[in-house]
Amino acid sequence: MKKIIIFFIYSLFSFEFANALISVDITRGNLDPLPIAVSPLHVDPKSVNYKDIKVKQLGEKISKIVETNFKNTGLFNPLKKDAFVQKPDIAHLKPRFEDWRLIKAQALVTGKLLVKDEKLKVEFRLWDTTASKEMIALAFTTTPSNWRRVAHIISDKIYERLTGEEGYFDTRVIYVSEEGPKDRRIKKLAIMDQDGANTKYLTLGNELVLTPRFNPANQLVTYLSYFRNLPRVYLLDIETGMQEVVGNFPGMTFAPRFSPDGKKIIMSFAKDGNSDIYTMDLESRIVERITEHSSIDTSPSFSPDGKFICFNSDRSGLQQIYVMKSDGTNVKRITFGKGLYGTPVWSPRGDLIAFTKVHKGRFYIGVMRTDGTGERLLTENFYQEAPSWSPNGRVLIFYRETKSGEGGKGFTAKLWSIDITGYNERRIPTETDASDPSWSSLLSK
Amino acid sequence: MTKSFFYSISFHVGLIFLTALTLPFMTRQAIDLPPIVSVELIQISDKTNIPYAPKARKVIEKVKEEEKRVVSEQAPPSAKAKEKPDRIPLPNENKEKKEIIKKKQNPEEIKPQIRQSSEFEKKEIIDTNQIAALIDKAKKQEAVTEKKSSKITQSNVKNSFATGLSLSQEDALRAQIFGCWSIPLGLPYDEDLLVRIKLKLKKDGTILKSEILDHERMNKPGQKFYKILAESALRAVRLCQPLKVPPTGYEKWKDLQLNFNPTEMLKG
Repeated sequence: MKKIIIFFIYSLFSFEFANALISVDITRGNLDPLPIAVSPLHVDPKSVNYKDIKVKQLGEKISKIVETNFKNTGLFNPLKKDAFVQKPDIAHLKPRFEDWRLIKAQALVTGKLLVKDEKLKVEFRLWDTTASKEMIALAFTTTPSNWRRVAHIISDKIYERLTGEEGYFDTRVIYVSEEGPKDRRIKKLAIMDQDGANTKYLTLGNELVLTPRFNPANQLVTYLSYFRNLPRVYLLDIETGMQEVVGNFPGMTFAPRFSPDGKKIIMSFAKDGNSDIYTMDLESRIVERITEHSSIDTSPSFSPDGKFICFNSDRSGLQQIYVMKSDGTNVKRITFGKGLYGTPVWSPRGDLIAFTKVHKGRFYIGVMRTDGTGERLLTENFYQEAPSWSPNGRVLIFYRETKSGEGGKGFTAKLWSIDITGYNERRIPTETDASDPSWSSLLSK
Repeated sequence: MTKSFFYSISFHVGLIFLTALTLPFMTRQAIDLPPIVSVELIQISDKTNIPYAPKARKVIEKVKEEEKRVVSEQAPPSAKAKEKPDRIPLPNENKEKKEIIKKKQNPEEIKPQIRQSSEFEKKEIIDTNQIAALIDKAKKQEAVTEKKSSKITQSNVKNSFATGLSLSQEDALRAQIFGCWSIPLGLPYDEDLLVRIKLKLKKDGTILKSEILDHERMNKPGQKFYKILAESALRAVRLCQPLKVPPTGYEKWKDLQLNFNPTEMLKG
């Protein structure tokens, strides 16, 4: 009897295995940038020149911007155009995938443009060369002078399709432009595209300006200006050029930043050697005190859901980062490492806080989880600070100063960016020296 | 007493017999779920239907012929030169032409831009292969000694029953796909990143059919990364084909399931 039962159990298992599907686990791959081919956009022969824009070169120029954007992410490897076999017009109609696979392109971007009746029409397609299929295709119509933005929007769409994350190319950066010797610096507010193009100056340089910050919801900017030698927080509308003082505080206000919905400004207000954190509603103009402590509380930043605020304070004796509820309750210290911590900024994704750390005379830019765990220092230098997040929370922009010799010789201040993985550190080109950058949200959102 | 014992035994035997019959069929059904949609059917966004096919066909054929001719001549003349042969070229244009010709004479120049991996990375790749080979060797030796001793160990059970591939064959396949899989870098660390792909293979290792088993997850809100990950896994499989499959036992491996999971690698 026992034998019969054993036989049945054995037959049950053997039958099961005989029908089992072979299964292999793949737990490793390569982390090399994805090889992508960006074919120049085909220019429709019916196109006519618009003002000083020469349409014949426009296809090449747009593809070049897309390519540069991709290269700067560190996630893609745009292949050199010399290797392309197919011409842009045919590639856009139906790519010969085997040709693109031959040069190891895993993705291909093609497109065409038409400039007619003072309008620019651009269409592009993204192809998966291994699956031989189209992944996304879109068309845009705009004024021809907007061609750079079109290139950035195309980059955003492709980036999103290939990584699953929102792009950050159709964005702008506001910063403090610096000129002149170190002891007599002229500081102006300046704005540019994220790739360094289209720089415009927003102030004349008569007053010292610091810490400009974008409103995440629209084109308003808040910053600190020493107008008539009184440091105060100002509000500036980039579209109209109108500016105004934020609140009527009987003292110095500084370190301003918008709430995630753009309806409030959070800032520090200093009086009699003590500084605390306040918010002001931009519509009702109601001012609310958030912290009340004898120490210096500054650099406040909202979490993206608006429920929490991170800030730095020296209430423990040393400057450290704290997190509290947006009404000022439940204050918790989150940094306990060696050194000083400052300029905390909450990631737009909500998962990380970026900060500047000073330890043994060296400056670090780092990120950590919102409870202070998982601290990762991304970059170390002689002097660097003020990280600002890209709208997708993947890249940080900050500024770095060099050591100066006698009389301020050799002193420079430049903008840099780094991926939150700690890779792909690169300098952002600016017309002048630059500091205090702030990244806008996506313009085309 | 003996009667009830007999009833009990016959009832249990019947139960085991029924289980033996039905259970494998149930598992097979789960694998061959009919509504699984092939990846080729993924919908593209709204504005993608820009009509080109009917008009383009003629143009493509025309140009294909032209290109064929050009390839056979091995010296494709630039489009500009064709349009206006009588025009006196500007000095700048001359330069451009020279550059183009130079580049086409050196088709090997494509190589370095294909993949920019550092010396360190290259070494690493070589090392892993060597290690894999060493492991294979060791496993082969193990297998030989185990045969001699005629004992069935756990690994043997796994090979002969569970996978149908020997460990070295499985490792060779795994190592091949490692090299082809470009892991997307924007993936979240704290999500379930397992992508299961079912393949139907030809005898030479090329892919007859591929499908993502959890395809319905691709269109769920907040799971956008899963679609990107699944696509990267499919790309890897296609890039790698023909897969390194054993020369024998086609019936065993003609249906193959690959479980892609980059979690370990992303967490480091």
